[in-house]
Amino acid sequence: MSDATPTPTATPERPQLPAQSPPVDPAETAVAGDKAAGAGRLSWWRGDGGDGAKRNLGLIGVLAALIVVGAITKPDLYGDPNWVWNNVLAILQLASVVGVVTVGMTFVIIGGGIDLSVGAIVALAGVWCTTVATQNYGAGGMIFTALLVGICVGLVNGVLISYGRLVPFIATLAMLVAARGLAASISNKQTQVSSSTFINDIAARKVLGIPILVYILGAVVVAGWVLLNRTTFGRRTIAVGGNPEAARLAGINVRRHTMLLYALSGLCCGIAAIMLTSQATSAQAAMANLYELDAIAAAIIGGTLLSGGRGTIVGSLLGVIIFATITNLFAINGLSIEAQNMVKGGIIVAAVLIQQFQFKSVTRLLARNRVTTAT
Amino acid sequence: MALPEDDPATASAEAAAEAPLVEAPADTVAGEVVLRLTDLVKTFPGVRALDGVQLEVRAGEVHCLLGQNGAGKSTLIKVLAGVHQPDSGLVEWRGEPISFANPQAAMRAGIATIYQELDLVEDLSVAENAFLGHEYRRFGFIRRGSMARHTRQILGRLGHGEIPPGRMVRSLPAAGKQIVSMARALSHEARLIIMDEPSAVLAHDEVGNLFRIIRELTAQGIAVIYISHRLEEIREIGDRVTVLKDGRTTAANLPARDTPTRDLVSRMTGRTIEYVFPDHPTDDTAGAELLQVEGLTRTGEFADVSLTVRAGEIVGIAGLVGSGRSELLETIYGARLAEAGTVRMDGKVLRPGVGAAVRAGMGMAPEERKSQALLLGEPIYRNVTLATFGRYARLGFTDAAKERAEADRIAETLELRPRDVDRPVRTLSGGNQQKVVVGRWLLGGTKLLLLDEPTRGVDVGARAELYQVIRSLAAQGVGVLLVSSEVPEVLGLADRVLVMREGRVVREAAAGELDENTVLDLVMAGSLMEGAPA
Repeated sequence: MSDATPTPTATPERPQLPAQSPPVDPAETAVAGDKAAGAGRLSWWRGDGGDGAKRNLGLIGVLAALIVVGAITKPDLYGDPNWVWNNVLAILQLASVVGVVTVGMTFVIIGGGIDLSVGAIVALAGVWCTTVATQNYGAGGMIFTALLVGICVGLVNGVLISYGRLVPFIATLAMLVAARGLAASISNKQTQVSSSTFINDIAARKVLGIPILVYILGAVVVAGWVLLNRTTFGRRTIAVGGNPEAARLAGINVRRHTMLLYALSGLCCGIAAIMLTSQATSAQAAMANLYELDAIAAAIIGGTLLSGGRGTIVGSLLGVIIFATITNLFAINGLSIEAQNMVKGGIIVAAVLIQQFQFKSVTRLLARNRVTTAT
Repeated sequence: MALPEDDPATASAEAAAEAPLVEAPADTVAGEVVLRLTDLVKTFPGVRALDGVQLEVRAGEVHCLLGQNGAGKSTLIKVLAGVHQPDSGLVEWRGEPISFANPQAAMRAGIATIYQELDLVEDLSVAENAFLGHEYRRFGFIRRGSMARHTRQILGRLGHGEIPPGRMVRSLPAAGKQIVSMARALSHEARLIIMDEPSAVLAHDEVGNLFRIIRELTAQGIAVIYISHRLEEIREIGDRVTVLKDGRTTAANLPARDTPTRDLVSRMTGRTIEYVFPDHPTDDTAGAELLQVEGLTRTGEFADVSLTVRAGEIVGIAGLVGSGRSELLETIYGARLAEAGTVRMDGKVLRPGVGAAVRAGMGMAPEERKSQALLLGEPIYRNVTLATFGRYARLGFTDAAKERAEADRIAETLELRPRDVDRPVRTLSGGNQQKVVVGRWLLGGTKLLLLDEPTRGVDVGARAELYQVIRSLAAQGVGVLLVSSEVPEVLGLADRVLVMREGRVVREAAAGELDENTVLDLVMAGSLMEGAPA
């Protein structure tokens, strides 16, 4: 801190006294220090691969195109900055619950699995945390219950898959059915109203003009990004999904890690359950219907490889936002949900086709190189 | 083996003399030439896999291909099967120059290949497998009846009319599956059947049956290219032998029955490319016993294997694919569960599991680099630190800068090219990828390195560098257990050599006491002779 004080004075002085400035000028050493750090490591927040970043740029392009379409179809609305700001918030709020689920899903898919039970886990956690018995413990008890239920159900998935050696598709499909059944049985097929104002306020309140739900999404995305890109957990996830045999032979406990991935997905579902309960001020066994498909689709659009080993949190987030923007766009224009679903389907196919095309062109290039080196 | 093992050359020569000489119609060898290869060349990046192969196969003969691993046999088969296209050279099929654009073309022309890993669909029936890809159809419906009838007929021709065409292939034993593969070849009206080590998957008594079928096929004028490492089989079934070495034909059309073993072996060895091995240390520098393996057994893979590796010592295991050597290595490493026996590191019995082995100071470079060791799309540094990134992490947060620095250091030590550790491993050559795998274990203070075929797919220059790396590791006190199918490599690099055949260690000696021919004789000695009398 002692170096910080002379810096502002030294900097303006430098142009006046260039000859005098000694090599020990604190400003200069600071710059040199930054450079050295930059050579050794990229800045902490920067990604490693340019590959994923390029894909994300493509997604931002898609998003921009959607906004242009919106601006063309409703120029009067898009001309009003107030409306635009509110619409952005509306889209983010729309994306928030699925976004949180998608972060967990992204980890599972990168780790070489799939989780079809996320919607069901959200429903079960939502129902469980709104039972009369749980609500007696207040908001804290409800949140704790939702998270615990999410983690535990995820753990059951994980144990079945990694230690019971069930195929992820089958294990989580079974959980999808079973968890919804349990949710219906707990709630007695009734809608359970949440009487906790704290919970209900989460969706209703804004802080600094931004809905709390959006903050939660932001927090989960940032945490997910850090977890994937900056921790051993994330590194193991990529290794386990990219080449499980290599990971195993390198001494990584593949089974335990696979189990933890499903628990993480369950945790995200628990968070999403609280958000969704808060939005509806109630919970029921049919809530979060087909969230698994939205989350998988968003992850795939975001460039997550379904066979594992590759994917980005930012890409998944963009995938979710693109979906929410389409929904929003169709709502503004008063178009039907049917048309909206058709466009969404088309976008999934287009996104995957584009990714495959890139991959193919690369392999073709390699093949061409091989021919030229051979001759 | 009842024969004395200290003189293997004599042993196999005697075995050869005792081999039942079956009436082989010598005149069939005079059948028309169905296949002639002239100066066939095929290169892959960094490797000249075929470098002038000559081959002549006549109708009705069993033509044996002999050569060490890496001699180019597999590439040759794949060229004939239409999987690869040759860069230059002439393929004449029944008198006409021809080139197969794909496997279907080769099959239509009448060349069928039976690979060692049988390419059958396990959950289809025998008939469906036999006619896979060219089913009898009418209006898009499969004519199951006539397919089953034809299949039964073919199976009868093979002397296996008892196999029901409707049976699921999964439920057949290995020998039965091989029959189905042959039925598929015959369903294509094949004029030439290539068999890649067909006896490797068979029990001893089943080999006799295979030979009977081969004789019946050749009696019908079908030519067979037979690939095997077992000299005794070649003597029994073969008519003529062509020997490959380093992608070249070194001897063509030798009589299979009476060419002396020493002649055959010498044509397979004495390579033109001399590998440069680092000098063995002159004095005994090896330290305390690091690894002690006792009575390790896995049924069907290897039995009762005991060995030791001392610190600073390189121990080599010579043996063919299928001799149990890779399985042994993986079991020592904890990647497979031993049924009996113990593995000790530094005198302490290892608990099962790779994690325990790694913690005890073991590291392994597995046989299949790409599928077992590397994350191809990930940068080099992440592959180098795959086993150690947890150690550089603080509170679970990875330290990419430290990892890059460490990987950079390894890249410099191993002379990795290119040096840029942020490139994806996919872009590296085979030799440099192997350096990444070996380098991974240099980081963690590994005491014992298990190397499975470390130079497979590695070009000559990079080989010498890898040998140097391995030797210098040993000089630093690391114990090395090395498995290779290339005998010169084992002899040139290792201090002590174990020879494995069919899951057992048949010989252990200092590297200086063995020569290439002796070891080759040992690893290839006929298994038929052992099993037959029992």
